[in-house]
Amino acid sequence: MGIRFILMVNKQGQTRLAQYFEYLTLEERRTLEGEIVRKCLARNEQQCSFVEHRTYKIVYRRYASLFFLVGVDNEENELAILEFIHLLVETMDRHFGNVCELDIMFHLEKAHFMLEEMVMNGCIVETSKANILAPIQLMDKTS
Amino acid sequence: MGSQGGFGQSKEFLDLVKSIGEARSKSEEDRIVLREIETLKRRINEPDIPKRKMKEYIIRLVYIEMLGHDASFGYIHAVKMTHDDSILLKRTGYLAVTLFLNEDHDLIILIVNTIQKDLKSDNYLVVCTALNACCKLINEETIPAVIQQVVELLGHPKEAVRKKAVMALHSFHQRSPSSVNHLISNFRKKLSDNDPGVMGATLFPLYDLITIDVNPHKDLVASFVNILKQVAERRLPKNYDYHQTPAPFIQIKLLKILALLGSGDKKSSEQMYTVIGDIMRKSDTASNIGNAILYECICCISSIQPSPKLLETAADAIANFLKSDSHNLKYMGIDTLGRLIRISPDIAEQHQIAVIDCLEDPDDTLKRKTFELLYKMTKSSNVEVIVDRMIDYMISINDNHYKTETASRCVELAEQFAPSNHWFIQTMNKVFQHAGDLVNPKVAHNLMRLIAEGFGEDDDMSDSQLRLSAVESYLKIVDEPKLPSAFLQVICWVLGEYGTADGKYSASYISGKLCDVAEAYSSDDVVKAYAVTALMKVYCFEKAAGRKASLLPECQSLLEVLSASHSSDLQQRAYEFQAILDLDANAIENIMPLDASCEDIEIDKSLSFLDNYVLKSLEQGAEPYIPESERSGTLNISKIRNHNAYEHPTHSLRFEAYEVPKPVVPTKIPSTVTYPTDIVPVTVIVSEPSYQPSVQPSWPLVPVSDAGSGSGSTELKLRLDGVQKKWGKPTYSSGASSSISNFESDRTTVNGATQINTLISKPREPRQSNVEVSEEKQKLAASLFGGKTSRSKKKQSGGAAGHSKVSRTTNHGEDKVQPAAVPVTVTTAVQPPPPDLLDLGEPAGDTSSYSSTVDPFKQLEGLVDLSQDVNATASATTSNGPDLMSLYSDADLNGSLNQNPNAMNGSVNPSKKTASLTKGPSLKDALDKDALVRQMGVNPTSQNPNLFSDLLG
Repeated sequence: MGIRFILMVNKQGQTRLAQYFEYLTLEERRTLEGEIVRKCLARNEQQCSFVEHRTYKIVYRRYASLFFLVGVDNEENELAILEFIHLLVETMDRHFGNVCELDIMFHLEKAHFMLEEMVMNGCIVETSKANILAPIQLMDKTS
Repeated sequence: MGSQGGFGQSKEFLDLVKSIGEARSKSEEDRIVLREIETLKRRINEPDIPKRKMKEYIIRLVYIEMLGHDASFGYIHAVKMTHDDSILLKRTGYLAVTLFLNEDHDLIILIVNTIQKDLKSDNYLVVCTALNACCKLINEETIPAVIQQVVELLGHPKEAVRKKAVMALHSFHQRSPSSVNHLISNFRKKLSDNDPGVMGATLFPLYDLITIDVNPHKDLVASFVNILKQVAERRLPKNYDYHQTPAPFIQIKLLKILALLGSGDKKSSEQMYTVIGDIMRKSDTASNIGNAILYECICCISSIQPSPKLLETAADAIANFLKSDSHNLKYMGIDTLGRLIRISPDIAEQHQIAVIDCLEDPDDTLKRKTFELLYKMTKSSNVEVIVDRMIDYMISINDNHYKTETASRCVELAEQFAPSNHWFIQTMNKVFQHAGDLVNPKVAHNLMRLIAEGFGEDDDMSDSQLRLSAVESYLKIVDEPKLPSAFLQVICWVLGEYGTADGKYSASYISGKLCDVAEAYSSDDVVKAYAVTALMKVYCFEKAAGRKASLLPECQSLLEVLSASHSSDLQQRAYEFQAILDLDANAIENIMPLDASCEDIEIDKSLSFLDNYVLKSLEQGAEPYIPESERSGTLNISKIRNHNAYEHPTHSLRFEAYEVPKPVVPTKIPSTVTYPTDIVPVTVIVSEPSYQPSVQPSWPLVPVSDAGSGSGSTELKLRLDGVQKKWGKPTYSSGASSSISNFESDRTTVNGATQINTLISKPREPRQSNVEVSEEKQKLAASLFGGKTSRSKKKQSGGAAGHSKVSRTTNHGEDKVQPAAVPVTVTTAVQPPPPDLLDLGEPAGDTSSYSSTVDPFKQLEGLVDLSQDVNATASATTSNGPDLMSLYSDADLNGSLNQNPNAMNGSVNPSKKTASLTKGPSLKDALDKDALVRQMGVNPTSQNPNLFSDLLG
C-alpha cells in the first residue's frame, strides 16, 4: 500500500488538506488527525522526522507555518517519503509561485489534483513536475 | 499567472477561507463550519445554480468534511457534478466524490455509468480523470463493468492514460486479485513501455504479485536489473531527475523488487551484485535522496544471498549513518543495523557506543527503534540488561499501544532467555505490576503454570526455591496499591497454592494477606474469587497437615459477605468453603490435595459411568440416542421441532441448521477432580448464567442430578471441561505446550551457562580511553555487546545493568579501532517535555503557546506595523525570508535543495542567503498576488500572518 494518507496541517493544528488512501470514517479521521498532529507538533527540529503511531509511521516535514504529514506503512522508505514531501512542495511552488498556506486554501482542489497526479493507490507514480502540472495547466486553459 | 490571477472566486468563498484561516482555536473553527453548513444546506438546493457557483459549493463541502464535520447532505450534488461536460467541473466532482465516499457507498452506483462513459471520451484528460476515479470508487462488484475498457486503455497513445490504466488495474488487483489474474501478462508487457512513467507504474502491481509468489517472476530478474542499470546510468529523460539523482523513486522500487526476488536465491542474487555495488558507489551521501537510495540498497543486500563485498560496503554505509549528526540518518542506521545483524552478527559491536547514544536519546522515535534493534540481538548473555531497560522504558511511557508491545516483548525475551528463576520471577513481577492489564491473559496463566511445574528439572529443590521466591516477592508486592487484576490473580493463586508450603509463613499470615486483597479490590469479582479459593486452600492444607486450623475473623466475615454476593460464582465458592469447614481432615485431603495442580485429570470422554443410567432409562421407555450422522432429514426436522418447543417457545418456525443438543451430563465425579476449579473463575462466571436456565426446562433426557454429592460438585465438573485444556497436562493446547517446551530447552542450556558464568566472570579494570565516555555507558555497552564474539562458545552473562564489570577484551580492541564512533559529549538528562502546541480547545492557552514558540510570527508582526502599502509589505514578507529559509534548511537536513541549480521553479538564487532578495519567479507576480489577497481583506496584519509565509522561502 505504501502511503496511507497525506495531511497538511498548520502550526495551530488546523487541517489544510487531507487525502486518505484507505477509508476511515469521519470520526476516525478526526481522532487520528488530532493524535498525530499533537505528537508531531510537540517535537523539535533536531528530532527524527519520523514518528510511529499505532500501525502507521508518520513522516513529516515543516515548511514555514505548514506541516506536511505523510502516513506510511512499514515497508516504506522514510527518507524517500521525506523527499517526496519536498517534491510536492516544489511542485506546488512551481505552479503557484512562492506557494504559501493561503494558496493551498484558495485552491484546495488544485492541490488535490496535483496529489492525484503524483500518488495513486498510495504509490508514488509520477515525479516529473512537468508531467504532474501538465493536465492542471491544460484544464486552466480550457476553462 | 492563470492559476493565481483573479482567483475567480466569490466574495463569500473568500470570506469563508479567510475566516477559517484566521480562526484561532478549534472551537472557533467549528463555529465557522457549523454556520457554513447551515448556509450551504439552504443554498445548495436552490434551483438553477450556475455551474461555477456549484463548483464552489462543492469545494466548501470538501472544507466541511476536511475540518471534521458531516457534509453528507451535499454528496448528491458532487455526484451530479461528475456528469458535467466541463473537464474542470467534472474533475472537481470526481475529486469530491472520492474524498467523500468509500467504494461501498450507495451513491457509487450512480457514478459507475459516468465512469464508463468517460473512459470512452476523446479527451484524454477526461479519460485520466475517470481512471483516477476507478482507483478509488470501483469495488469488487463493479470491476467487471469497467475492466475491459481499462485494459484497452493500456494501449492508449497518451502515456498519462496508459500509466493510469496500469494503476487502475493495480487497484482492481488489490481489491480482488482474481479479477485481474488473467491480465498479469499485461503488467509484464507494460514493463517495456517507452514511457518511463508507465514503466515505473508497472512496478507497483509487479511488486505486489512478487510479494504473493516470487517464483513465476524469477525470469524478470534480468529485466529489472537491466532497467535499474539504465536508470542509474541516467538514460531516463532529465525531468525524472530529482535533485540530480536519476529517478530515485523508481530506483527504490526496483531495489525493493530485487530484494524479494533475490531472497534465498543465489543465482538471481549474483545478477544483482554489480548494479547494487555501482549504485552504492555513485550515491550522493550528502543528500537525503542519495541516502534514501543507499538505505534501500542496504535493505536489498541484507535480503538477498549475501555477498561479502557488498556486506562490507553496507557496513561502511551504516557506520556513516550512525556517525551522522542527523537523527534521521541515525534512525536509518539503527534500522539497517537491525537488518544486517542477522547476516553478520558481529557488526553491532563496533557501533555499540553509537547504539547506546541512540538508546539514551530523548527522541522517542530513535529510542524505540533502538529497542527494536536490542530486541533482535537479545541473547542469554545480555537479556538482563536489555529487559531491565525495556521495563524502565515501558514504565516511562503512557501510550498503551507501545506499553503493550514492550511488555509482551519483555515477557517473550524473559521466557526465552531467563538466566535464573529468581530473575524471571522478578521480571515478570515488574511487567505485571506496570502493565498487567495490558498483557495477554495467557501470560498470567503461563506464569502460574511455570511456578507450579517448575522449570522442567527433576530437582525438586530448585522448584520449591522458585516457589518460595515467588511467594516472598508476592508478599512484598501485595500491599502496594492498585495492582492490575491479572497480577492479583496470579498472586492469589500462588499464595493459596504455595503460601504455606514450606512452613516459612504461617497460615494466618497468608490468610490475612488474602483477606486484605479481597477487601481492597472488592469491586473485582475475579480477584475475589481467586482470593476466596486461595483461602480455602490454605485452610485445607492446614487441616490436612493435622494442624489446628481456624478461620480468621476477617475471613469469616468475608465469607458471610460473599455468600450473599450478587455473583453466583462467588456465592458458590463461599458456600463450598463453608461446607468444607465441617469436614474432617481425611475428606479434606481428598478434596484439596496438596500441590496437585499439575496432576493429570482423567476425563472419561465416553461417559461410560453413565451406561447404567442410560440402560435404566431405556428400560423405562426412553427413546434411544441416534448419533447425528445417522439421523435422516425428516427425523431431524421433527426433532428440531420438538426441541424448539422446549427451547424457543416463542418461535413458530425455525428451519436453519440446528445445533444438536450436547449431552452435558451432570454426575458425580471423582473427588480428586475438584481442586483446580479456582484457576478459571472467568469461564465459570461467563458460562454459568447461560447454563443454568437452559438446564432445567429443556433437558428431558438429562434430569438434574440429585443433590447427593452437592450441586456444587456437579457444577465443578462442568467447569472443568473448559479448564482442562489449559491445565491438565495431557491435553494442553498444542501452542501452549510447544512454547513451554521451547522454554524448557532454553532454560537448561541457560542454566548451565549461568553456573559457568559465576566461575568465569571476574571484574576487570574499567577501560581507560582518551575520549571521555562515561563509565556508565561503557558498562552498558559491555553488558549489551559483551557476549557477542563468544556467541558460539559459552554464554557469558553481563550481569545486571550498571553493575557489570565484565568488559571483554574484544571490546577494547573494537573501541580503539572506532574512536570516531565515540561521541565526545555525553548525553545527559532527559529534556523536559516540549510544550503542547496543540491545545485548540482553549483559545487563550493556544495563543500564548503559539506566540511563545513561534518566531516568524513575531517578526512579521513587528514588520507589518511599519507598512501599509503593497510595496512595503512585499518587502516585509521578503525580509522575512531568511527566517523562513532557516526553518526550511532545518527541515532539509542536508541542504539538498541548494545544491540543485534548477530545483526551484527557475528561481535564480544560487545560495540561501541571496534567496531572500528575490521573491519567487517574478517579483511582480508575487506583488500582484499580495495585492489581490489584501483586497479581499486578508492581510498580514490580520490574525494569522502565517498564511502568507512562503513555504519554500
